[in-house]
Amino acid sequence: MKEEDRREGKNPIENLLRMDRIPHIWCPGCGIGVVVTSFAEALRKSEIDLDKTAIISGIGCTGRVAGYVKLDSIHTTHGRAVPVATGLKLANPELKVVVFSGDGDIAGIGGNHFIHAARRNMDLVIICVNNFNYAMTGGQVAATTPISANASTAPFGNFEYPFNLPYLAEASGATYVARWTALHLRRVTKSVQEALGRRGFSFIEVITPCVTLYARRNRLGDGLNLLKYYYEKSEIQHGADTKTLDISYQGKLIVGKFVDKDKPTFLDCMNEHLGKVLGDKYEPYGGNHD
Amino acid sequence: MKKVKADPKGVLTGAHYLDGDHALAEGALAAGCRFFAGYPITPSTETAERFAERIPKVGGVFIQMEDELASIAALIGAAWGGKKVMTVTSGPGFSLMMENIGLACMLETPLVIANVQRGGPSTGLPTLTGQQDMMQVKWGSHGDYEIIALSPDSPQECFDLCIEAFNLSEIYRVPSFVMTDECVGHMHEKVVIPPAEEIELVERKWYKGPKDKYLPFKPDEDMIPFMVKVGDGYHFHVTGLTHDERGYPVINAECQNVCVPHLVDKINMNADKIIKLEEDETDNAEIIVISYGITSRVTTRAVRKARKAGIKVGTIRLITVWPFPEKRIKELAKKIKAFVVPEINYGQVVYEVERCAFGQAPAIRVPHCGGWVHDPEDIFKAIKEASK
Amino acid sequence: MTEIRFSGFGGQGIIRCGLIAGKALSLFDNKQATMTQSFGPEARGSACSSQLVVSDDRVLYPYISAPEILVSMSQEAYDKYEPELREDGLLLIDKDLVKPKPPRGKIKSYSIPSTRFAEELGNRIIANLVMLGFFTAITRVVSPEAMKKALPGLVPERFLELNKKAFDKGYEYGKKILAEEKKPKTSKQKVKK
Repeated sequence: MKEEDRREGKNPIENLLRMDRIPHIWCPGCGIGVVVTSFAEALRKSEIDLDKTAIISGIGCTGRVAGYVKLDSIHTTHGRAVPVATGLKLANPELKVVVFSGDGDIAGIGGNHFIHAARRNMDLVIICVNNFNYAMTGGQVAATTPISANASTAPFGNFEYPFNLPYLAEASGATYVARWTALHLRRVTKSVQEALGRRGFSFIEVITPCVTLYARRNRLGDGLNLLKYYYEKSEIQHGADTKTLDISYQGKLIVGKFVDKDKPTFLDCMNEHLGKVLGDKYEPYGGNHD
Repeated sequence: MKKVKADPKGVLTGAHYLDGDHALAEGALAAGCRFFAGYPITPSTETAERFAERIPKVGGVFIQMEDELASIAALIGAAWGGKKVMTVTSGPGFSLMMENIGLACMLETPLVIANVQRGGPSTGLPTLTGQQDMMQVKWGSHGDYEIIALSPDSPQECFDLCIEAFNLSEIYRVPSFVMTDECVGHMHEKVVIPPAEEIELVERKWYKGPKDKYLPFKPDEDMIPFMVKVGDGYHFHVTGLTHDERGYPVINAECQNVCVPHLVDKINMNADKIIKLEEDETDNAEIIVISYGITSRVTTRAVRKARKAGIKVGTIRLITVWPFPEKRIKELAKKIKAFVVPEINYGQVVYEVERCAFGQAPAIRVPHCGGWVHDPEDIFKAIKEASK
Repeated sequence: MTEIRFSGFGGQGIIRCGLIAGKALSLFDNKQATMTQSFGPEARGSACSSQLVVSDDRVLYPYISAPEILVSMSQEAYDKYEPELREDGLLLIDKDLVKPKPPRGKIKSYSIPSTRFAEELGNRIIANLVMLGFFTAITRVVSPEAMKKALPGLVPERFLELNKKAFDKGYEYGKKILAEEKKPKTSKQKVKK
């Protein structure tokens, strides 16, 4: 921390946020801000080149994160953060590209992009804030809503099977998979640091309360209580089989780091394969040539 | 606008026998395109195949995405990563791209999309021609915006206009479209690719000022904002939300009424510089046939016959379809009997002609819903009828 | 202007015929040649075809309407496309694969056992080149030099010589037939421009 910042009583992560855009739009008690704090802390600690780090978001409450983090940041359309990030990463492989978005964005409307980016082991960090509903639009049922939980478009309770996101990610090819609740501040920070420090498709799910809609509708409490509620319902099981990570309504939340393995990325495979097949004719691809 | 010569690495100088789809890929590579993301769709797939074959040898990336939504999204990411980028598609894929064409317009992102049109709606005629997306290209995404669309009439022009589309997209920071069709896309003809030093390109309008002063959407004197790329340390933000010059979302009417007019005006107010037409004998014409793409070649046959029959016919070939040559049509409308507008659809651009003619001269459509080019005889009959 | 249709069944190299002739004419014979073909599952059936419109000036209408020249390498293609051949057209067929109907109008018909010749040369896959050589000799639409120049890039490099040999075989056979024709006047018939 710089001396002048200390004098002004600045929070050390303020340099990483667009303070000219604060106050943010999130509801009091919302967990997204907490996750952003953990993320910013990871950026600070990891000492990666912030000039070479970009953040891409889709649409929704979490979709607004790109607008508050002081990195090169693109706020895209609903569900399309992952393919935008893919294009950006391939245009300049030097970059660390983070997708920060919600469950609706990543696993709902963007589900197809998500599984394909994982399949390719695209070198991206995906942070998915899962609040079990479509919050920006008023608390509709999502692909992650637990069975029997209530939502505005499931007024009699949800009867659809929800996604188990870590399982989906691993099955699709993700090489790093972790899940935490928002209140696991240091754990989230550590996972983000690990993801930033590695190569390949990294997926971090963060269970986060939606105070205004999901929690209220399901009478789960409010504010800090709710953050604590999820935290207390959680149980750390590193390396757990991702098949076992279904989330039931008000049930136990298994968290931890489940997958962390090395596998060549899309660009590794491309360079290796084309180099082998084309020989001298292939121009190895490594970034901007300007 | 900084002009540069093409990088010889991407330029396949010489005479070739190519179809329009392959010529598009060669045009893009000559223009410096080094990123292609796409999804197979008839009749545009040959362009993707050519990229897959060629781009690894010139230092670029080809990726086949999971769908067209992802293809255009990847283009936006790659363009902000500093690359010249392109995708190619046809009707159904074009429909899927509409959402992010809007994002590209909103973010003022230079990129090129080629649409090798086929008969629609829906799955329609995958293997047969159409010119039915001419309004969609202008209006297909929601909200108000402008784009640039060019229409090649031959494989040679697929090459030439693809380069032009890249240049225009860079100059105006706008998605540019090469609106070709199955007939031209699949037709083989001679294509001459000039030496690299004869291909003039436009460099992206890079911002060079102080890092903390960069505003991604502040119009310069020519109305076009400067661009930076991700990774250069500007820590900029861009959003598809209505935004101010800083790129920050501002959700109110006031900001909307600055943000949106800019997207429209930067193209319309530069229309004279953008528009390219080919006119023939329009000065003393009684009838003017307006057409574009392959239809203009077929039209020439009909026009020759009409001239032989003593009818004073002029022609306008729209090389640029959007922005539309409003002024010129207005001017000519005062002097002629009628416009005749053959196009491979049930009537699209003809209504734009009608609008611009403003009641001064009728615009007569010569519709054909796709599957084949017009029978020149049908165009001849329309000319003859109009001249009565 | 000359309209030409090459036809046969899928796998015979019919599209290749159009490409080679089109390239030869456009790049080496100073003509303008537009080549089109049928696409998709509907076109993949048994009759496959490629079309060429050849002109001294720019080709305005890209498709053929009533071809002067029809090349058929399969019965089905022949049955499908023969009726559109002009009354004064030229018909070129594979002798062993096509049984022609009785002659119609002033159509002149020439046949060559192209597939058999190709097999004799070692590979039936080059029957199309035998036919192209024959086509070049009989129609004189395109020069044999231009045709050979057009081959690199359109046939696999390692089979280039074999393809040239196949072309020569068909070409010589065609020349021989023309020379043997009893009426020297019609034997010099050149395709109408």
